[in-house]
Amino acid sequence: MNDDPVISVRGATAALGARPVLRGVDLTVGRGEVVALLGANGSGKSTAVRAVIGQVPLTGGTIELFGTPRKRFRDWARVGYVPQRTTAAAGVPATIREVVSSGRLARRRFGWTTRADRAAVERAIALVGLADRAKDSVSALSGGQHQRVLIARALASEPELLIMDEPMAGVDLASQEILAATLREQVAGGTSVLLVLHELGPLEPLIDRAVVLRDGCVVHDGPPPEALGQHALPGHDHVHPHAAGEPLRTGLLS
Amino acid sequence: MDFLEPAFMQRALLAAVLVGITAPAVGIYLVQRRQALMGDGIGHVAMTGVGLGFLLNSSPVWMATLVAIAGSVAMELIRAYGKTRGDLALALLFYGGMAGGVLLINLSPTGSNANLSSYLFGSLSTVSSEDITAIAVLAAFVILVTVGLRRQLFAVSQDEEFARVTGLPVRLLNLLIAVTAAVTVTVAMRVVGLLLVSALMVVPVAAAQQLTKSFRATFVLAVATGITVTLAGTVTSYYQDVPPGATIVLYAIGVFVLLALLAAPLARRRAKAAEAAAVDGCDSTVPAGRKPADDVRV
Repeated sequence: MNDDPVISVRGATAALGARPVLRGVDLTVGRGEVVALLGANGSGKSTAVRAVIGQVPLTGGTIELFGTPRKRFRDWARVGYVPQRTTAAAGVPATIREVVSSGRLARRRFGWTTRADRAAVERAIALVGLADRAKDSVSALSGGQHQRVLIARALASEPELLIMDEPMAGVDLASQEILAATLREQVAGGTSVLLVLHELGPLEPLIDRAVVLRDGCVVHDGPPPEALGQHALPGHDHVHPHAAGEPLRTGLLS
Repeated sequence: MDFLEPAFMQRALLAAVLVGITAPAVGIYLVQRRQALMGDGIGHVAMTGVGLGFLLNSSPVWMATLVAIAGSVAMELIRAYGKTRGDLALALLFYGGMAGGVLLINLSPTGSNANLSSYLFGSLSTVSSEDITAIAVLAAFVILVTVGLRRQLFAVSQDEEFARVTGLPVRLLNLLIAVTAAVTVTVAMRVVGLLLVSALMVVPVAAAQQLTKSFRATFVLAVATGITVTLAGTVTSYYQDVPPGATIVLYAIGVFVLLALLAAPLARRRAKAAEAAAVDGCDSTVPAGRKPADDVRV
């Protein structure tokens, strides 16, 4: 075991079309560390994560995964990726077990599935509390359950690093707690985590460090912002609905 | 069983079964990635290949295969790289392919629109033993790919970005799906015709998923449907004077309607079972409501 950070991003710049999205981002995730990437919409946090997994090309800077330059990194089984959940489903039904099994391909891309593969898939499904629904179609699940399936798919390869893009977006409270418990268990087992979050929420106690982005630049790197969830974020646009006593104008007559 | 007697019927039935297996086997991945009409597009492009085959006096089946592969690779590249005007580029390819086919076949000394129509709508009774060899070789390739690489193709078609992060060669697998679809189109060309190829790739899959919950069951049921309707259509066309291609497609749609009707009560029963399984109903009490008018001063 060496002490290389699992993720090391130095001076990363990237653009979507002509618009610069990352303007020199430094980001490090150490072994066993849980780092939250925070920021308002459009701050570049999703782009930063997608650059780390090689889905967005950099225009400058470097990215290393487990001490290997990302372009030469091939050991994808060590990385579990949980994409932002989309509501667009595939056109053919698939069961939870079938979807989670895809995650196992990171271990062995071709060849038959082994008993170890099947056991790992069942374990991953059990970890997110869906063991009794493994044969159900993913299209029959709620948003929170669907998110748990995506996490189980990432866990199927038994990764050392989890990268999650907004895992709590649109997830009901019960599922949020199960997700937090799953993550706690993984972190206790030594897994490193990089999460994109809109607000800290129920994951707050797990997070070692927060990196806050604004307009593609890092504006905070340290302990999670003290205050109350997303209110503490720079650039947070808090809209107060109405002050007490003020008449609530609702119609044409007001 | 007198339809088994004539040699042309034996060839026709063999070709029909091979198409019944291969078309849904590829079609399921196209439907999964929401490219159900891709087969139709390749069919149009393959027409240029047929025309070229007549013009150069070579085998239209092999020529159509080559041109369809080139067209499908072009379509996949447009899909992957051309982000904004992809649909227009595809439209150009479709209509260019069709116009090219009509033009080339009229330029050729032996071809006429009558020959073309046997490729457009299928002509099972004229399938030669050389055709059968070509169809069998191509079908073997399609089955090998769609069954042998099902986990990889499933992952790529389900979530392309995730598949890339697992380290799968996604670009290669996408091209493989495109090429396999092109080969299937030319396999099915003599049986249902280029214009109806897409139907046999999509309709059995649509029919199967009325009843299924898993990808595996959908695959098996779609292929079973494909075999059933191609055989039924071929036999029907032996006894009745009806075009086999159109008959096969109408049978497939018939199966779709049948399974959709069967699925409705099944879904209702499943919903009822799920309701019974959920033990806790709504037991939380709604906090006493205020009169809504109170805080609205007008």
